[in-house]
Amino acid sequence: MTLKTLLHAAKGGFGGLAATALLAGPAFAQAPAPALSEGNTAWMIMSTVLVLLMIVPGLALFYGGLVRSKNMLSVLTQVLAVASLTMIIWIIYGYSLAFTAGNAFIGGFSKMFLAGVTHETVNDGGSIPEYVFLAFQMTFAAITPALIIGGLVERTKFSAILLFMLLWVTFVYYPLAHMVWHADGYLMKLGALDFAGGTVVHINAGIAALVGAIMVGKRIGYGKDLMSPHSMTLTFVGGALLWIGWFGFNAGSALTAGPVAALALVNTLVATAAAALGWLAVEWAAKGKPSMLGTVSGVIAGLVAITPAAGLVGPIGAIVLGAFGSVVAYFFCTTVKNALGYDDSLDVFGIHGVAGIVGSIGTGIFVAPVLGGVGVEDYSMMAQVWKQVVAVVIAIVWCGIGSAILFKIVDLIVGLRVTVEREREGLDLSEHGERAYNM
Amino acid sequence: MKIVMAIIKPFKLDDVRDALTGVGVHGMTVTEVKGYGRQKGHTEIYRGAEYAVSFLPKIKIEVAVASSQVDMIVETIAAAAKTGQIGDGKIFVLGLDNALRIRTGETDAAAL
Repeated sequence: MTLKTLLHAAKGGFGGLAATALLAGPAFAQAPAPALSEGNTAWMIMSTVLVLLMIVPGLALFYGGLVRSKNMLSVLTQVLAVASLTMIIWIIYGYSLAFTAGNAFIGGFSKMFLAGVTHETVNDGGSIPEYVFLAFQMTFAAITPALIIGGLVERTKFSAILLFMLLWVTFVYYPLAHMVWHADGYLMKLGALDFAGGTVVHINAGIAALVGAIMVGKRIGYGKDLMSPHSMTLTFVGGALLWIGWFGFNAGSALTAGPVAALALVNTLVATAAAALGWLAVEWAAKGKPSMLGTVSGVIAGLVAITPAAGLVGPIGAIVLGAFGSVVAYFFCTTVKNALGYDDSLDVFGIHGVAGIVGSIGTGIFVAPVLGGVGVEDYSMMAQVWKQVVAVVIAIVWCGIGSAILFKIVDLIVGLRVTVEREREGLDLSEHGERAYNM
Repeated sequence: MKIVMAIIKPFKLDDVRDALTGVGVHGMTVTEVKGYGRQKGHTEIYRGAEYAVSFLPKIKIEVAVASSQVDMIVETIAAAAKTGQIGDGKIFVLGLDNALRIRTGETDAAAL
């Protein structure tokens, strides 16, 4: 992410930061090593913990409240176990594959088991300990597979979910993270902008969830039985924790506690607020009632839409991006999904995939200095939007094909679905041997 | 002896209880139930998913009374539970063969 910081800082009028970033950039490795910043380190430790807050309890409760009470614990267990599993894999080879030099598509194995990383090594930018950098990135690599669970709930085997996520981070997430965020990465070199993970996290998770929802198939009784959420209160709590944690996700992606983080902070507030109002308004107009679930869905859509743009666009651009992303996501969740009939149960594609695509392409527009953005070197709107489209298409194709192959492999090895009896009984009892509520 | 079974709107329970206490009924059994009659149901929308909810929450009251009191008690419940809106509920009267108070062993009328 150093190059990216460098790119927009150089154009963005953050004089002091630009100078620091130039010294710190990989191209200037022979320059004197910049001082480790305790301020930056403190903020990045905080950001890391905030992203963890997004996963547990944020995402777990947000998803858990949306399923029927007989499947509550299965969702909580899946989110917790998938995050834990992918954290350990990150240490074994994930960090190395994503963030060491290799080719344009994948890193190498030089830092397997964190070889060469000590408490004294620093990140590429040089201002925080490498341990903090890899821990921060670890939480991203953990939340992305956890997001996919929303497309698979209430019918997928626990063993299938664990095996799929293990393969998916290895063959889909690490390469895409390398392409987007490593200095050698194909999309980084292309000049595609992704501040905090619009392609790597949200489009990636959204597409994988869509492929999974189609390949695992619809839940029994989908479209006929009452499948209303069992606790909208927990969904609200989870959604609110996601918003709070997202400040670590977005403002933390500056990797410094400076002006870029400040911009991301403001954008993460206003884009989200605009998106909440956008969903509320369009739902009120179309369905006659403004709902809580609609408003909190707007919050998530806005957070997704601003993620790739958080440190790159101005607050007014962020408001437009958030509101637009939210309205498009509303259209996909309510109209397109019903028309096509796939059971993306918790709308991972409808919200993360769709708002992620809107945000990633919109970043190319609103980064324009004339629209209040920080700009990039030799900016031209058409050229930048084209680069963003290329990045989006590569993410969709890479993830779509990769996920389809991996779901097929998992189906052959352990089988994707639980039996009809187990699905009817609920995954809490049939897969985990416990129930969420004893009343 | 008779069982008077009334299905009423949940928010009318306190009114019905007060009215029955006022006419000397000092015990009843209450159950939360679901059902529908002419009121039908309503629609719930969660993001894109619309569900027709046909069963509405109601309260079922059961009171065991002497046969001589039945008409008066039915009228009392009906008056207290009435809003005039659709969905006010129904009252059924069932026969009751025997009754026993477990603590004392009293039976029938003495057990009510």
